[in-house]
Amino acid sequence: MCTVCGCSDGGAKLEHNHDHHHHDHDHAHDHHHHHGDDLHYGHGPAGTSVPGLSQTRLIQLEADILGKNARYAAANRDRFTAGGILALNLVSSPGSGKTTLLCRTLTEIGAEFPVAVIEGDQQTSADADRIRATGAPAIQINTGKGCHLDGHMVGHALDHLPPADGSVLFIENVGNLVCPAAFDLGEGARVAILSVTEGEDKPLKYPDMFASADLVLVNKVDLLPYLSFDIDLAIANARRVNPRVRVLKVSATSGEGIAAWLDWLRAARAMALAARIPTEG
Amino acid sequence: MHEMAICESIRQILEDQAREAGFTTVTRVKLAIGALSGVEIAALRFGFDVAMQGSVAATARLEIEEVPGQAWCMPCARAITVAARYEPCPHCGSYQLQVTGGEDMTIRELEVV
Repeated sequence: MCTVCGCSDGGAKLEHNHDHHHHDHDHAHDHHHHHGDDLHYGHGPAGTSVPGLSQTRLIQLEADILGKNARYAAANRDRFTAGGILALNLVSSPGSGKTTLLCRTLTEIGAEFPVAVIEGDQQTSADADRIRATGAPAIQINTGKGCHLDGHMVGHALDHLPPADGSVLFIENVGNLVCPAAFDLGEGARVAILSVTEGEDKPLKYPDMFASADLVLVNKVDLLPYLSFDIDLAIANARRVNPRVRVLKVSATSGEGIAAWLDWLRAARAMALAARIPTEG
Repeated sequence: MHEMAICESIRQILEDQAREAGFTTVTRVKLAIGALSGVEIAALRFGFDVAMQGSVAATARLEIEEVPGQAWCMPCARAITVAARYEPCPHCGSYQLQVTGGEDMTIRELEVV
């Protein structure tokens, strides 16, 4: 695991040049280190266990277990605020059409405003390659055995691919409706994608994720005529765990609802720009 | 399995504390885990022993205090207790709830040598 953030055990790495990656690391090292353009998260130092003297004492603490991640997330958030950057954390289960929807979105945005993409997956740079094919700059983070992105990984990705001021940064999290809910990345908004080929009860089965979302995109609505999916029930379930959540129905394939989603993006970006606090000096 | 990542965070905090407060062994760790924190306590217990191997807390006993989920019911305008996020208000059945507590995970107490 990375000893800085305790993000995951072994092997998380970051790459934005897919010519060279996949290094094996058996040796212990106490921090990530750079290999060309890749970034590896290695094993921490073995702690020392010393049989103590016999005097026990009690230490009272109020240490937030996720405090370290919160500090990395806050640093990322400061960076976004300084640049008037709208950062979105896109979360969903695997196969919800997240990457397809993102590619369509990037194509529609075109040159209207600057964009950048951070792609999180356990392995492969396939998604970042798909994003780059749209012309958008993208960086891939492979979490190895890790099940989520964390604030530390995103901070390093920002060092490698700094988003332009006034841009929209899409962070596509690992496809997983459980663990990413707990890890703030410093995003301005969290967007949960739920496709109609899943169950209406997903918001109830994975309440933490839907409770923390600012926007839910119900994707693949072009398939509704062929399914018994009750979209009103799905939306009601999302509101049951998150009464204030906004919901948009979209299809990356047919383009339905994409205009509304782009309007949401423009409005959220305008707010990020208005809230910009440039750093001094 | 982000419980494992959480255990790694706990280990990191304990190692930092050991350096700061000058102890070498943790014999007991007391955590407070909110009912709405998104953590499965059984999985946390399972991961704890594995994650602490070779650390100052290698032989530590884990104690967990479960903090109930708290929410404010908007229609009733009163504080209630909820066991899970999808639960309605026990008084009026509404889902118009604002969670106010039980989302945190903290280390409360360490017994050290």
